[in-house]
Amino acid sequence: MSFIQPELKYDYTALEPYIDARTMEIHYTKHHAGYTSKLNNAIEGTELDGKTIEEVLSVVSKFPAAVRNNAGGFYNHNLYWDVMQPGGSSEPKGELADAINAAFGSLEAFKDVFSKSAAGRFGSGWAWLLKDGNELKVESTPNQDNPLMDVSDVKGTPILGIDVWEHAYYLKYQNKRPEYIEAFWKVINWDEVDRRFKG
Amino acid sequence: MAFELPKLPYALDALEPHISKKTLEFHYGKHHQGYVNKLNGLVPGSPFENADLEEIIKKSEGGIFNNGAQVWNHTFYFFQLSGSPKTSPGGALKSAIERDFGSLEDFKEKFSNAAATLFGSGWAWLVKNADGKLEIVQTANAGNPLRDGKTPLLTCDVWEHAYYLDKQNLRPAYIEEFWKVLDWDVVESRF
Repeated sequence: MSFIQPELKYDYTALEPYIDARTMEIHYTKHHAGYTSKLNNAIEGTELDGKTIEEVLSVVSKFPAAVRNNAGGFYNHNLYWDVMQPGGSSEPKGELADAINAAFGSLEAFKDVFSKSAAGRFGSGWAWLLKDGNELKVESTPNQDNPLMDVSDVKGTPILGIDVWEHAYYLKYQNKRPEYIEAFWKVINWDEVDRRFKG
Repeated sequence: MAFELPKLPYALDALEPHISKKTLEFHYGKHHQGYVNKLNGLVPGSPFENADLEEIIKKSEGGIFNNGAQVWNHTFYFFQLSGSPKTSPGGALKSAIERDFGSLEDFKEKFSNAAATLFGSGWAWLVKNADGKLEIVQTANAGNPLRDGKTPLLTCDVWEHAYYLDKQNLRPAYIEEFWKVLDWDVVESRF
């Protein structure tokens, strides 16, 4: 049983002008599709074949680097597409809003912490909003690492994530990563973040 | 004394069509300049106030290392490129490459593979070890072989910003173009 790249829930143009259609198409059809096929190649014929992606992430230390890199690339992009939506950001509600306020003081304060984490990740990687027990926290990880991996120093369940590999923003924003991060806040699907928070 | 962005020995369109003017405008004008600016913001009042880039590369950590090494790495990268390059090595360097890799073609294939397979952002290098032997190494992010006592001879930047405007996800296509603007005259002088 191999992993299948989930279909995007919106068109490549849907996040314009914040994320351009050309970036979306290359990011989804080349980068994400590449991680998916390389992940399947890496696990074929191993004991990982047939495991869930979460199970794979939890044991990457025991396998070649191709498993770590591509399982991370597969999972991380799945999450990234799901936490974005066309038509503008919704707002966090209920227990999620309460948890954000409890951890960071306010939604604006949370965004500031998260944006700084995303901007400050040197090289390629991701910034995350994580659920760790009942606590929320912001951390970043290098390359395609992920807080569900046994190799990760940072632990927790990701409920929101931003890709800060240059491929996520270079065609539109070039060296201006902070402008891409600002744009990201315009397309957040907080209902999906909430679903992951409750899950 | 503040660090300065070295002036390029060629025009920004000199490497066309292999590396575009637009890529160089950002890569040199924004990224390289940005590392210089950030380094100059971090060094005053630090233990590296009077250090040169090599000392920073060998001894510093964190932001000073990242920005200092990236200033050095980019200068080293840009200054080995040319619109009218010497297209293959000669003399002692040629002999050393044949001794340690078999042939120039074998070396280029191994180096290209190292550049293509470095996961994430970083650099591929041809270095000379303390015993004179040539070796191909990969470094992540701002990494630099001087830190391990090796002498860099040539490097390929495989941060996505080095090629994304021209080649997008096709890093191997960029590496092919890289060979066409690599000036072996410069590499020989470093050897």
